[in-house]
Amino acid sequence: MILSRALLKRHTVLPGFDLALGFALLYISLIVLIPLSAAFLKTFTMTWQQFLDATTTPRVMASYRLTFGASFLAASLNAVFGLLIAWMLVRYNFPGKRIVDALVDLPFALPTAVAGIALTAIWAQNGTLGQWLPFKVSFTPIGVWVALVFIGLPFVVRTVQPVLEDVNRELEEVAATLGANRWQTFSRVVFPIVAPALLTGFALAFARALGEYGSVIFIAGNMPMISEITPLLIITKLEQYDYAGATAIAVVMLVTSFVLLLIINALQAWARRRQGGIA
Amino acid sequence: MNTATVAQGPAAAAVRPRSLRAATTEAPWVRRTVIGLGLAFMTLFLFIPLVTVFYEALKKGWDVYLAAIVEPDALSAIKLTLIAAAISVPLNLAFGLAAAWSIAKFEFRGKNVLLTLIDLPFSVSPVIAGLIYVLVFGLQGWFGAWLIDNDMKVIFALPGIVLATVFVTVPFIARELIPLMQAQGIEQEEAARVLGAGGWQIFWRVTLPNVKWALLYGVILCNARAMGEFGAVSVVSGHIRGQTNTMPLHIEIVYNEYQFAAAFAVASLLALLALVTLVLKYIVEQRVKGQKREAHDRAE
Repeated sequence: MILSRALLKRHTVLPGFDLALGFALLYISLIVLIPLSAAFLKTFTMTWQQFLDATTTPRVMASYRLTFGASFLAASLNAVFGLLIAWMLVRYNFPGKRIVDALVDLPFALPTAVAGIALTAIWAQNGTLGQWLPFKVSFTPIGVWVALVFIGLPFVVRTVQPVLEDVNRELEEVAATLGANRWQTFSRVVFPIVAPALLTGFALAFARALGEYGSVIFIAGNMPMISEITPLLIITKLEQYDYAGATAIAVVMLVTSFVLLLIINALQAWARRRQGGIA
Repeated sequence: MNTATVAQGPAAAAVRPRSLRAATTEAPWVRRTVIGLGLAFMTLFLFIPLVTVFYEALKKGWDVYLAAIVEPDALSAIKLTLIAAAISVPLNLAFGLAAAWSIAKFEFRGKNVLLTLIDLPFSVSPVIAGLIYVLVFGLQGWFGAWLIDNDMKVIFALPGIVLATVFVTVPFIARELIPLMQAQGIEQEEAARVLGAGGWQIFWRVTLPNVKWALLYGVILCNARAMGEFGAVSVVSGHIRGQTNTMPLHIEIVYNEYQFAAAFAVASLLALLALVTLVLKYIVEQRVKGQKREAHDRAE
């Protein structure tokens, strides 16, 4: 009763608003909000100096560089190949297309630990692919990048694909009629339409890669200063019963993710306006 | 295409425009290159890892494979994984329905805040998802002393594993239901109401049948993630063999003991689950698209 009187914008004949919203709010508070606030409250027990000391040691800084660098490079490769694969799935026909389309979601469905040990075996020096390479992949930062590429691919494909499907083909016909060649049509007409979605997909893949743990720790080798990702450092600190230190690093990661979430929301709003303007 | 036109002379070229098909598709070599690159990338990063799981699992033969799966620790891990998923998925199903009902059927202040909150777990690292429950229920946590006094255990026990799993899978079902229910609007429910149906009657007879495929789709995704979750569960589980190890954690332990065939054997079960998930997802996705189209057509 209270909820509906305070929040509803207009009268409705449908029942169940109080029950549904009340339950949803209670649930999200208990499961998400209150536990998350525990992380922030825990850091308030530290002084600013302690917080800085915990989050800026050379070992932690090295883990930021690796995590952010590998995530950025992985999301970039995903953006390139994600667009290419989305294009291939929307515009072309080839045998086995349905299976390929379904396989794109494999990283969503395959547990990260399973992906982790499989990738490690493949790219190890005696592995299916690793044996052909003159350099090491498993147990190096390159291995971290490989795992993050695996994890991020569907984000780009599944964000770009529906937008590409909705591109009005008449626009391309018009461009062609006006004398544009195929590349010009793509780069000046189609690409600007899918660009917001592509950027959103990139940001989603990047955000996921920053927090990824399961698939990375097997292939990374986890050497401090070299191939140790930030989430692993949180676990290491926890295992040493350094709860404050672990939480301080977690808060840095959380704030980064929240900023990314805001950026992603803004990108999606932009993409919707862009599409709405053209359709 | 161009050479053919040129061959017919400049006059013919001026009269006959390039066909539209040629103008809105790429040259065959471009098409072949794109498909080739795309498939090569997917083979390298998706197909080979998937095949490797089964290859490594069966490399030492069926006996080793079966032995790795029926050993007591593996069986207890499988059981724990099933139990955790059996509790987490229904909880998130109830939440998904409640959230979708309020968001899609009513206009209220703060709706966008709720939508953002639902998405929040997706942007939190699984490791942090585990950590926050340690801060609340762990020995030094808010309720740590109280839990000990009352002889209860959350962290390093089933409740912690369930909580961590619930956290990482909160958005799945809600996110599938909300856009579909928003597209479907409220006319059918209003009509039912006017005809005298009660709240639950409307829900069971009108709303639920309209969203059943999206609901199933969300449940499938939620379940796959719940059974496969590693990072969050790893933090809260305590890794007690035969007691608090889920399948992914069991894989890690066995793998770190260099029993690769055994690790891949259990991993192959999860890979099979992933394949089943992909097939179901594909089938259900077509149905959801159908229901969305219907809702869209009705709206127009």
